Amino acid sequence: MQTDSKDFVLAVEGLTVSFDGFKAVDDLSFYVEEEEIRVIIGPNGAGKTTVLDLICGKTKASNGSIRFREQELTKLTENEIVHTGVGRKFQNPSIYEDLTVFENLELSYPKGHGVFGALMFKRDAHVIERVEEIAESIFLADQLQRSAGLLSHGQKQWLEIGMLLIQEPDLLMLDEPVAGMSVSERVKTAELLQKIIKGRSVLVIEHDMKFVEDIAHRVTVLHQGKMLSEGSMDHVQNDPKVIEVYLGH
Amino acid sequence: MKFNISSFATRTEIVGFIALAVLIVVILPLGLDIFRLNLVGKYLTYAFVAIGLVLCWGAGGILSLGQGVFFGLGGYCMAMFLKLESSTPEATKIQSTPGIPDFMDWNQLTALPTFWEPFHSLPLTIIAIVLVPTVLAYILGVAMFKRRVGGVYFAIITQAIAAILTILIIGQQGYTGGVNGITDLRTLLGWDIRTENAQFILYFVNAAFLFAVLLLAQFVRRSKLGRLLVAMREKEDRVRFSGYSVANFKIFIFCLGAAISAIGGAMFTLQVGFMSPSFVGIVPSIEMVIFTAVGGRLSLLGAVWGALLINWAKTILSEAFPELWLLAMGGLFIAVVMAFPNGLAGLYTTYVEPRLPKFLGGTRDDDLGPSVAQKQPAE
Repeated sequence: MQTDSKDFVLAVEGLTVSFDGFKAVDDLSFYVEEEEIRVIIGPNGAGKTTVLDLICGKTKASNGSIRFREQELTKLTENEIVHTGVGRKFQNPSIYEDLTVFENLELSYPKGHGVFGALMFKRDAHVIERVEEIAESIFLADQLQRSAGLLSHGQKQWLEIGMLLIQEPDLLMLDEPVAGMSVSERVKTAELLQKIIKGRSVLVIEHDMKFVEDIAHRVTVLHQGKMLSEGSMDHVQNDPKVIEVYLGH
Repeated sequence: MKFNISSFATRTEIVGFIALAVLIVVILPLGLDIFRLNLVGKYLTYAFVAIGLVLCWGAGGILSLGQGVFFGLGGYCMAMFLKLESSTPEATKIQSTPGIPDFMDWNQLTALPTFWEPFHSLPLTIIAIVLVPTVLAYILGVAMFKRRVGGVYFAIITQAIAAILTILIIGQQGYTGGVNGITDLRTLLGWDIRTENAQFILYFVNAAFLFAVLLLAQFVRRSKLGRLLVAMREKEDRVRFSGYSVANFKIFIFCLGAAISAIGGAMFTLQVGFMSPSFVGIVPSIEMVIFTAVGGRLSLLGAVWGALLINWAKTILSEAFPELWLLAMGGLFIAVVMAFPNGLAGLYTTYVEPRLPKFLGGTRDDDLGPSVAQKQPAE
């Protein structure tokens, strides 16, 4: 396994976390390859969001390892993990409502991360160009000077995706990116995701099966913190264990 | 790169800054006698603390109920220097140990404590005025922000620090002057600070520092760091997962607030002529939060107005009805929180500014270009 794992961008092995004795994630192992789009599905409470929390450092693992490009993430702080190239989008749109769309994107631009770097940060032509380029791709080019709090729910989701993109992460983690979107927003988001996932590995949590079918290379099914099934969408949809869990509830 | 004023301050802010400067530098010195002007100078030293609170609390959402600690430490450092200067062996020859401050002699100390020694030198004192509070803020910041202590818990701990420092100062009478504080300060490098002429000059020195601090605070707020503070106030986790060490930014702004407060404290000592624990503890610390809240915690200029107006009202009211003052201040604070959470500055932006012509910073004749464009998204 050790030699194999070199080909993986992300190797999660024996990952366990327990909250007061309750194992939210229990001895979970999975591997994500370069440029793979992996979707994690599972019933409520299966531990999907917790897995993302563990990878990005929001929650500390009780046991197990998470290696990203041969770097052990469980020992790093949240901001160090970001600098290794992991980007995370939260379930509820997590943006800065009192700032403009431009400022939201600018703050995510990967420069001036130290205290004095931020103090002396100059909004130069390159920053402006990059922000405009990202705004274009997330359909917000004409909203740059608007306060982010005034955006629609779908636009807020796009903005947060844009904030991740400007960081240029190698591993992009998205927690329910189309939740709460209208049908037309959903179509646009799927199109957006198809565009931005090129050249990176993506880990997505999603409930919308149509959407999962559209984008997933491989699917991991979680149930009660454990892996229930893994493989192509076809494979997991026909797995009797998966059918039982989904229909049995 | 050319300096661009419009990226540094809005038209309203520039007009407000000039108006405040005219009031403080021209109108008040011309209109008030030296006794009242000295009082205004004292009020303005609280404005330093209020500016620090606008940065920490208004922008960053970090409410400190212990800013009096930093104000007091700055003031005490200044007072220690002035006290040593006035405690020459000749002036204190009736003491059993001449050459040490009088309160030490009353407390049977026979030698100057070591930590007082640096305060023989003015340069070291000036360094200490800024450095001592900043180092304390740094230690507190590291201890709390690195452990993600925030919100109400942080406020309570800062309040406890204010109480602890007061008790320490009062308890260690021989080293600190106890409850009376450090009094009977006379000269600064031989220049008598008690004369009217000196008070007049110190008023302007204070005003100069105040405007320098305002410009510094404006620079910080307009920088990316200023926007990050707002972002942290709103969505701390998003900032953290965008690759920033949230704790470091909080520590920085808390230290900056402390250093600014300390300059105010030192100017207080110079203008008022003494320093005592009654400017350090819980009550003054909370009063300073009230100045900021009433003036407008999101506005640097609002905070200065808050400190000026509340203290002016305090002087007038407590001269006429001493018992009523505390109640009035409490009532005012509740009114601000309930009715106008952005304080006087918020009222100004909502009600006054739209009625002002554009050259005064108003929006009445403003071009409708951008707002119209915003209302018409392309899709």
